[in-house]
Amino acid sequence: MKVAKNFKTLMQKREVTLIILIVILTAVVTFRAPGFIKINNISRILNDTSILMIVAIGQFFVILTGGIDLSVGSIIAFSGMAASMMNQYNPALPVVLVLLAGIVIGAVLGAINGVLVTFGKVPPIITTLGTMSIYRGFTFVLSRGQWVTAHEMSENYMNIPHGHFIGISNLIWSAVIVVVLTYYFSKYTRSGREVYAIGGNKTAAHFVGVSKPKVDMIIFSLSGLLCGLAGVMWTARYAAAVNETAAGFELQTVAACVLGGVSVAGGSGGIPGVVLGALFLGIINNALPVVNLSPFFQMFIQGVVVLLAMFVNTLMGKRQEKSVLKRRCS
Amino acid sequence: MSDTVLKLENITKFFPGIKALDGIHLNIRPGEVHALIGENGAGKSTLVKILTGVYFPTSGKISYKGEDVSFKTAIEAQEAGITAIHQEASMFPELSVTENIYMGHHLKGGKIGALSWRQMKKQTASLLNRMELDINPDTLVKNLGVAQRHMVEIAKALSIDADVVIMDEPTSALTLREVEDLYKIVRQLKAEGKAIIFISHKFDEIFEICDYFTVLRDGKYIGEGRVADHNIDEIVTMMVGRSLDQMYPKSDVEKGDEILKLDNLSSDGVFKNISFNLCRGEILGFFGLVGAGRTEVMRAIFGIDKITSGDLTLRGKRFRPHSAKDAMRQQIAYVPEDRQSQGVILEMSIAKNITLPQIDDLSTFGFLHSKKEKEISVEYGSMMEIKAASWNVDADTLSGGNQQKVVLAKWLSTKPEILILDEPTKGIDVATKAAVHKFVSDLASKGLAVIMVSSELPEILGMSDRVIVMHEGEITAEYSRDEADSDRIIRAATGHAWAEGS
Repeated sequence: MKVAKNFKTLMQKREVTLIILIVILTAVVTFRAPGFIKINNISRILNDTSILMIVAIGQFFVILTGGIDLSVGSIIAFSGMAASMMNQYNPALPVVLVLLAGIVIGAVLGAINGVLVTFGKVPPIITTLGTMSIYRGFTFVLSRGQWVTAHEMSENYMNIPHGHFIGISNLIWSAVIVVVLTYYFSKYTRSGREVYAIGGNKTAAHFVGVSKPKVDMIIFSLSGLLCGLAGVMWTARYAAAVNETAAGFELQTVAACVLGGVSVAGGSGGIPGVVLGALFLGIINNALPVVNLSPFFQMFIQGVVVLLAMFVNTLMGKRQEKSVLKRRCS
Repeated sequence: MSDTVLKLENITKFFPGIKALDGIHLNIRPGEVHALIGENGAGKSTLVKILTGVYFPTSGKISYKGEDVSFKTAIEAQEAGITAIHQEASMFPELSVTENIYMGHHLKGGKIGALSWRQMKKQTASLLNRMELDINPDTLVKNLGVAQRHMVEIAKALSIDADVVIMDEPTSALTLREVEDLYKIVRQLKAEGKAIIFISHKFDEIFEICDYFTVLRDGKYIGEGRVADHNIDEIVTMMVGRSLDQMYPKSDVEKGDEILKLDNLSSDGVFKNISFNLCRGEILGFFGLVGAGRTEVMRAIFGIDKITSGDLTLRGKRFRPHSAKDAMRQQIAYVPEDRQSQGVILEMSIAKNITLPQIDDLSTFGFLHSKKEKEISVEYGSMMEIKAASWNVDADTLSGGNQQKVVLAKWLSTKPEILILDEPTKGIDVATKAAVHKFVSDLASKGLAVIMVSSELPEILGMSDRVIVMHEGEITAEYSRDEADSDRIIRAATGHAWAEGS
């Protein structure tokens, strides 16, 4: 009886559902193409997913407060372009500094979003819709529309994501570090708790002295910071800084969050869900070519998956609502 | 007595796991104003929803004009002639008065079934005229005041030619003069031979306008009678269902030293010249009608709302809070009036809800001390006797009463010296209510200074050492426990205190 009840509550967790889906998906694909679970391919999937994971985590915190950050793709493009050009014009500059510069630039752009939201009182969706265009525009201005290509980048720069430590690439390591730190942040720090409080109930949080401006500044800066990291990784990994880098990426990050059970109304969700959501999207993208499905289907399938996830969310939500209603009528 | 137009026999309504209504009887007669009395959560709203076709009863019989009926939708009930004016105005702010009034039963005209706005506007105008309301049918509802909106809501209900009009706490947002207007409309309807169901827990209204009453408690039928044959105390006892001593276990406490003093505290357009003092060990009741400014005064003391002039003195020192944090630092706690929207964070666990006000103290360099956090939540959670599977379940799995206990635990854990309670028992069941009263009384006897804002007269009378009454942003009366009685308090709350010369 107790086991059955525990099993039921376990099954209601989005994380568990996602793990099961991932296992089924992997099994099905492996059945069609046994090479799918070879170490090489797994490492490729993880590498492909790391950037999405990093940025989706930033997006997660913004969504957690009930906002959204549409400017992530543009911040990635700008910080990636800035870092690449820094490397292009000063190949001697240690790449650690370039990486740091990229991260700082991202954080600053994110902080600008934060300032506009807190002091300008512009809703996040509008603020970041505006800065999405502005930052993308900056990228063009900065690069004068030019690209930074592989032969203009130093070997060291391109090695930032590719280098490895105990057989695992730096890119994957960076995602692991981000996951661990942000998990800790969300669970065990005061500010992390405050993010959940603001997202759960703005007024109640205000009444206990939680400052919304502070929380907004933190989450937008964090989202920007992670985009800065992602920007360097992106341009170095694909050995190209183009002006269209990560265009449309914001939607994938939102999709990863939604898949991971993060409520767009704010207040609920967690890092494990986001990680699994990103992983699930990564596996789908990787599996399509393996099972001979045209990559043209990729976006279509991604969209279907996200809508299905939303549909499930609503169903679950309805059930919850019913039980709340039931209690309220008592 | 005239014939019954609407008769309910043995109505029962189950929600999964819960009996919301259990064997309700109700006889509604034309030309009579019938008060449906009960505390929050007694089942009044559920009953209204059954009458208007929103809910379907689990068992029982409804007969309307001599025939058995079962309304499956709100529209069916409306077409049969039963209309309801809801507690909270359900209006479309961006649409005009006419559009709002005819929403759902638009008049059609012409050959192609187009809506006939001219016709609707004409009828709206005559309706508003009949109600002696000075409202232009073309005005957008968002431009109307709260009271006017309510009047439009009433006009909407009357735009249907109804035989039974249900008014669910119609006066809660109205000022005294508007209440008079409403009474006039009610009397007019009565004279036209309509049956009116008047839901209220305000005794002054019941005695002013109602002919007959039925009392519900915890979803059960308790009794009925003619209003003229009963007094307030009898009805209160029926409502509350236990002796007043059990419901309001107030212990006598020796008043301690003064801890808080307000001198002519004002906030432009909200409240003015508020002066009172508060002592340790005392429960100070604050009574007033909705909109009297009580909540705003409390929020100002707690640093959330602005103070334009006047002085606050705390423990003998001048105090001017600029944020909730300032007030919390001075050991003031404020339990807000609406726990769902201002108190509890539904998506958070009980434990996290309880420790939220003190996460500053529970962390070093921003890192939380999980162990200490757990200790505090367990200590105060058990003290408040919160019923839950574990301290880690989300607050939204709790009943309203337990949620309120979480909010109380949260604030008590900050070890306040001044506790401000704003409608502490609104919408919770009678048992929890009694429990909350007991806690508050115990805490006060240990030296806590308590301000209790409440719109429930029995609660104010039962719990307060002293009662302050506010009306339209000003204090109109102050009574000691012995002086306070319902008549005086209601007169003061409606702005008639000076007539008495107090």
